[in-house]
Amino acid sequence: MTALLFLIPVALGMGLIGLVAFLWSLRSGQFDDPKGAAERILQDDDNPLP
Amino acid sequence: MGTVTSPSFAEIDLGTQSSAAPFVREKNGRSELILAVTGAKCGGCLSKIEKNIGGLEGVDHVRMNLTTGRLVVDWTATGFNPDLILKTLSGLGYPSKPFDPDQMDQSRLKREKGLLAAMAVAGFAAANIMLLSVSIWAGADEMSYETRTLLHWVSALIAVPVVAFSGRPFFQSAFGALKSGHVNMDVPISLAVILALGLSIYETIHGGEHSYFDAAVMLLFFLLIGRFLEARLQRQAYKAADDLAALQAVTVTRIGKVGGYETVASHKLELGDDLIIATGERLPVDATLTSPSATLNTSLVTGESLPMDEHKGSRIYAGSINLGDPIHVRVASRTDDSLIGEISKLLDAGEQKRSKYRQIADKAAEIYVPAVHTLAAAALVGWLMATGDIRIALYTAISVLVITCPCALALAAPVVQIVAAGRLFQNGIFLKSGDALERIAACDHVIFDKTGTLTELNPDFEDDGTSRDDINLAAELARASRHPLSRAVVNAACPGPVADDVTEHEGLGLSGTLHGKPARLGSWEWVSDGKAPAQTQNASLWFWIEGRAPVPLPLAETIKPGANELLDRLTDLGITYEVCSGDHPSRASDLAERLGIKNVQGGMKPTDKAARVEALNASGKHVLMIGDGLNDAGALALADAALTPGGAIDVARTASDAVYSADSLKGIETVLLIAKSSRQRIRENFSLALIYNLIAVPIALAGWVTPLIAALAMSGSSIVVTLNALRVRSGGSK
Repeated sequence: MTALLFLIPVALGMGLIGLVAFLWSLRSGQFDDPKGAAERILQDDDNPLP
Repeated sequence: MGTVTSPSFAEIDLGTQSSAAPFVREKNGRSELILAVTGAKCGGCLSKIEKNIGGLEGVDHVRMNLTTGRLVVDWTATGFNPDLILKTLSGLGYPSKPFDPDQMDQSRLKREKGLLAAMAVAGFAAANIMLLSVSIWAGADEMSYETRTLLHWVSALIAVPVVAFSGRPFFQSAFGALKSGHVNMDVPISLAVILALGLSIYETIHGGEHSYFDAAVMLLFFLLIGRFLEARLQRQAYKAADDLAALQAVTVTRIGKVGGYETVASHKLELGDDLIIATGERLPVDATLTSPSATLNTSLVTGESLPMDEHKGSRIYAGSINLGDPIHVRVASRTDDSLIGEISKLLDAGEQKRSKYRQIADKAAEIYVPAVHTLAAAALVGWLMATGDIRIALYTAISVLVITCPCALALAAPVVQIVAAGRLFQNGIFLKSGDALERIAACDHVIFDKTGTLTELNPDFEDDGTSRDDINLAAELARASRHPLSRAVVNAACPGPVADDVTEHEGLGLSGTLHGKPARLGSWEWVSDGKAPAQTQNASLWFWIEGRAPVPLPLAETIKPGANELLDRLTDLGITYEVCSGDHPSRASDLAERLGIKNVQGGMKPTDKAARVEALNASGKHVLMIGDGLNDAGALALADAALTPGGAIDVARTASDAVYSADSLKGIETVLLIAKSSRQRIRENFSLALIYNLIAVPIALAGWVTPLIAALAMSGSSIVVTLNALRVRSGGSK
């Protein structure tokens, strides 16, 4: 019984972290252009890092 | 006659010249311009556009969105000319239009994002509550009363805020419907969720054995998946309408009252303004011609496939494209009462008519809602009389509402529509709204437009052995012109360069220099320079290069591939058809003869076509209109359902339900077959939902329902309905 008292909050907390991360990525526009994002990763970057 | 040097191919292919300056927005010292770019499809396009625009002097940021086809550019430099962006883009081969985000409807995107967030929250809650519920069910015998109550309380803690957040789309819709005195599917959904939640909280407080938190949240999660997919389909559909708004955001060159030119947005024009319409520009309003003469492509307005010559004083219509020299016109009507404006009024009328269409799902809701509510009330009264215990009676009534959950019913149609839209997309067909499938499936009469739908203007070279080299040479001249005959030649040729200093001679043809030699393309009188007395061959287009005799380039209006098969197929399906063309009656009847269609009418004006659709509707026919021009738009909007080929103008695309690839007529058959197949699946799904309820309701009325049975039955029925939807046929070929 005492194990449940901290295991349930831990499980819920981890789930919440995932949910918040998803909502954040949704709000910050990361799902606005899925097609472009898929292509951008393959582009050669001609400018070397400074 | 004065001539002008034609602008380069890329520039004139823009169609409507616009100045970007009126669309630049100032934001904390930065200037921002949004452009709708066509043709950018791959990663190569993306990097090409971003690199070239980003390389322009003064530009700070460039971001191309491949999914929506929008380009956002911003800069701080004061002297920067935004037209440079448009010019650079068209030089790269991507025509673009300035885009006014204020005209765009942001509410749909917002709604879709809201549903996605609600779905994510409901999904999180459903998974976690289900974990807790499974432990309760599995440990039913050995779990202590305290542990069970603790798990119930944790479930309640998750469920209550989640239902309040994720349930809003349903509650709002149900409330709206009740306020206006109707019931819709959301009323029983909201009732089931709220009652299940209330009952569970009551049970939890009193340390009861059963709670329905998992059922309430899972119900929301499943339904939100359906809602989200539906919203996404709808938003994609309305993207076409947004692009149309961008099309109307066009600027024109006005001759100022004191002389000099100024650029103004077309919706700010006044009656009597004098305008200059450059070569290749589209007329934004109806006007009177003040130049001596003009050659216009009126195919968008009248459907006439060949260019029209107009003389001073004649009325020319919005949508016409100037093919000859720049012309002067005087505005004869404003945008709202121009031909385009009238057609958009027709579009509105069509929209209203279609929104009155009652989908199968709506009809089902009308029967289902009262039936379920009566049953629940009967259970309440019945159990109260039988046992005299209000708690048992309420419990049974609520479990009837929960178990007859409209989950399967609410998913039945949208899932099929989404699967069908996906299948159509694989076949190169873009479906605009889900309920269009039902309307298409119900059609029993098809009206075809002629030009652009059943036929195309094609060089007929194979028959008479014109050499490919000649075609390729002629195409070098033709690339500089927007004349339909020139476009036909370009389409027949291999890709190649544009000839030097091409000049367009109104009503005659083109002249230019090919590999150092003078060359001409056009009518017989033009290429022979009036010297040769007679034509050796009957052709409307000739090509001449110094040192050789003129070569004929015969052009014919050819029937698109697959027309005969399509018409046979329609007869098989028991669908009647006819052709309504705006083209000259003789050309229309010629086509009828070749295709063996009995019912053909030519010379029809846009309003005639719309009237024909209405007449057929009045006689009880369900009409499917297939057309591509501005002259079809009214008929497209008024018909029960409408299809348009990919090359059609934006107005036609907005007015129709699906856009198919213009290469072949195969797409029409595919749409019809998939529509019929999905209507079949939707009906099956409603039957499945009915069978499920026939089994589940007696169990609920008997009071045997436990949360475990409710959860199994609910997800089971949703999965069966979804699996059945996947059986929608995958293509037209069989």
